[in-house]
Amino acid sequence: MVEAQPGAVDLLVIGAGPAGARAALRAQACGLGVLLVDENPDAGGQVWRPLPPGFARAAGVQPSTEAVQGDALRAELRGAGVRCLFGHKVWNVGRSLRTDLIGPDGVCSWQPRALLVATGTTERVIPFPGWTLPGVIGLAAATVLLKSQNMLPGRRTLVAGSGPLLLAVANGILKAGGEVAAVLDLASRADWLRTLPSLAARPDLLWQGARWQLALRKAGVPLLYRHGIASAEVLGDGFRIRARQVDASGAPIASASSSDFEADALAVGHGLVPGTDVTRLLRVRHRYEASHGGWIADADAEGRTSVAGLYVAGDGAGIAGAAAAGAHGELAAVACAFDLGRLSAQDHARARDRLFAEWRRPARFGRAMAGLMALRDGAVAAIPAATVVCRCEDVTRSEIDAAARDGARDMNQLKAWTRCGMGPCQGRTCGDVAGALLAAHVGGREAAGCFTGRAPLRPVSLAEVAGDYTYADIPIPKAAPL
Amino acid sequence: MSATSHSPGAYDAVVIGGGVMGCSTALHLAQGGMRVAVVDRGPLCREASGVNAGTLTLHMTRAALVPYAMRAWQMWMDAEKWLGMGVLATRVPGLTLAFTEAECELVELRAQARRAFGAPIEVITPARAREIEPGVHPSLLKAGYCEIDGFASAYLTGRAFRHALVRAGVDVIENAAVASIDSGDAGHVVRFGDDSGRAPLRAARIVLAGGVWIENMLAWLGVRIPIKVLINQLIVTERIRPVMRTVLSVANGLLSLKQFANGTVLIGGGWQGEGDRERGGLEARPQNLVGNMRLAAYAVPALAEARIARIWLGLEAETADAMPIIGDVPGVPRAYVVGSAHSGYTSGPFMGRIMAQHILGQQPELPLFDPARLLGMPMPGA
Repeated sequence: MVEAQPGAVDLLVIGAGPAGARAALRAQACGLGVLLVDENPDAGGQVWRPLPPGFARAAGVQPSTEAVQGDALRAELRGAGVRCLFGHKVWNVGRSLRTDLIGPDGVCSWQPRALLVATGTTERVIPFPGWTLPGVIGLAAATVLLKSQNMLPGRRTLVAGSGPLLLAVANGILKAGGEVAAVLDLASRADWLRTLPSLAARPDLLWQGARWQLALRKAGVPLLYRHGIASAEVLGDGFRIRARQVDASGAPIASASSSDFEADALAVGHGLVPGTDVTRLLRVRHRYEASHGGWIADADAEGRTSVAGLYVAGDGAGIAGAAAAGAHGELAAVACAFDLGRLSAQDHARARDRLFAEWRRPARFGRAMAGLMALRDGAVAAIPAATVVCRCEDVTRSEIDAAARDGARDMNQLKAWTRCGMGPCQGRTCGDVAGALLAAHVGGREAAGCFTGRAPLRPVSLAEVAGDYTYADIPIPKAAPL
Repeated sequence: MSATSHSPGAYDAVVIGGGVMGCSTALHLAQGGMRVAVVDRGPLCREASGVNAGTLTLHMTRAALVPYAMRAWQMWMDAEKWLGMGVLATRVPGLTLAFTEAECELVELRAQARRAFGAPIEVITPARAREIEPGVHPSLLKAGYCEIDGFASAYLTGRAFRHALVRAGVDVIENAAVASIDSGDAGHVVRFGDDSGRAPLRAARIVLAGGVWIENMLAWLGVRIPIKVLINQLIVTERIRPVMRTVLSVANGLLSLKQFANGTVLIGGGWQGEGDRERGGLEARPQNLVGNMRLAAYAVPALAEARIARIWLGLEAETADAMPIIGDVPGVPRAYVVGSAHSGYTSGPFMGRIMAQHILGQQPELPLFDPARLLGMPMPGA
């Protein structure tokens, strides 16, 4: 059950991706007592995802750069003796920053002096007819399959959406021996060329992108810029996917012809949305920043939020990419060490300046990629009326529009009137797109607001919270008046 | 509606506070021929009226309010008729469970008290209770049983009332926080904050219907009546297989349990969380979550497997004598107040109706609850 006396620690870090793991290492080096928590079985996050327990790389298979970097990070955490709780989900955080976890041995609670939220992002999918069919997965989900288990999404996969994951997934599939039906990119070639100055800072990535393009061409994979998915329908054991040309806003061009592709899997993602569940739960001040992925906690450059003792870092604080996330995490760690009196002003300033310098270049690249992945209004406007937007509760676009026309002015009212965002995912999947749909009626994303954060952040069962008990153990308050 | 959509002329009545009681009052005043506006600092029915457990029960209603709750229960069941849009009001039997000897006595006592006011509650054997609700824990000793019971989906309340109010020609002014009221012989002037850019509203009559904030509203008129604030925790599960088919409570009233048609189970009962009038509900108390969940999973053991989807808080008002405040504001002509009924969601629509009847000069169907009785009455435990 939930413990009355939570364990004490200086800094609790939620999320052991690049930001959280580097923050934990740095904070511990500054003398803080640190606890690093992640729901995955080991550190690495999405970008440096480890192999699942019991899996090993087959002999002769060359580990990827990311696998090497991830292994190095995991070794560093073990070497430094950072206290880690993997396989633990944070299901609640109180205003005192008390953090309630659920793990393999049930629930436990910790009371940190400071809390760093480094929870990364959630993938956004702009709904189209067929997006909820089995066999349709996110680009991020496809990278999990490929990276962590060397599994293909299907025999023949169509890859669609926006951002750098498109090429990464398509090439991952080719490398693993799969077939790619086509790559549909909402961005134009010109959109990509505009990111070149920021790429100049990362010649390695520029080179990698060029190699990926070449590999696709060699494999004869059609790469269609300014194209989106009109629909996916079941055809035999797979899908028929209709692709159509779009304009710069993502809106379909009526006069353009469409083309059909056949595939047995569809990997689609329209960018990433910062994970703000914890900060919304704690009523931190947030702001909408389309170029950073959407709603983000209003924080200073070192990750301090409007709530004392609460910090954010990495892509969850505003997308700047994995390469920048580590430095961002360390910035928050030294800020925290300074705020808790473990670092002198001078040492803090020196460390901060160095970390900013380290952060700037990769962040410039990461922000450029975030720009490519930003939500395109025309693509949202083109969602058909009958298409489900909230898949937990089967709420369609027309139901959202009808609620707005009936007078729903903000996201929480929309939630109450339609159940959009009331399901087990707490609006993580639909919230950004539903927000864009409502914003079109009420004059902008700031006016529409975002869903209030609610516990549990991850579903937890009554039995897990209640523990073992008899009727006599229930602390029943005195009876209400007659 | 935006601030500019209503005309600047005087209203016959301005209702401040757009919860169930305020909305029902406004609707019935408009149906009585008055020109009415309802004003809320947020959207309609987004505080207690929209976030409560939706229980429509006589078991937990204060005994003296049973006649009111029975009339209101019928109004909820007929919501589609008089609001033009329903709130998924569903009629099911209600049971109050006793697991100890002391609770058996309490069940008898509470049933007796409510029977005296007309509630058809009888005390039944565990065998009979299990016929009605097979999901209940086998250690049950006794149960209070009432066939007039049920629930609504409270989150739909705002949409239904908004629909009805707009249709009845009431000006709905949302997201408009009232800052002050000037009352004089010429009527009332309702003023918004300086930075709101909203013009003041002139009203021949005002109705204060602000739930736990009635205390602050009365203070605008120089009247001091303390209102206690309860911070009730609510828990809802994911959709699960059918595990129950009644509304359940326990002898001391501190559990409410029902499964909606969509499969979710709502767990309430007034276990207290952190919060206050100024900041609203802030956070659940872990030990009270544990207590509430234990009680729920004890009453219906199949609930143990259910996963919790969401936890939230709602504010409930209580006066010094735990009875509602419905009637004339003492010493201020043509100013009225309606609210602070325990289990206020259950009886809310009827409370608004009798408030409107009084304002329209009609004889209310049942007596009001004179606010003047509370002047100078100390809050117990304060």
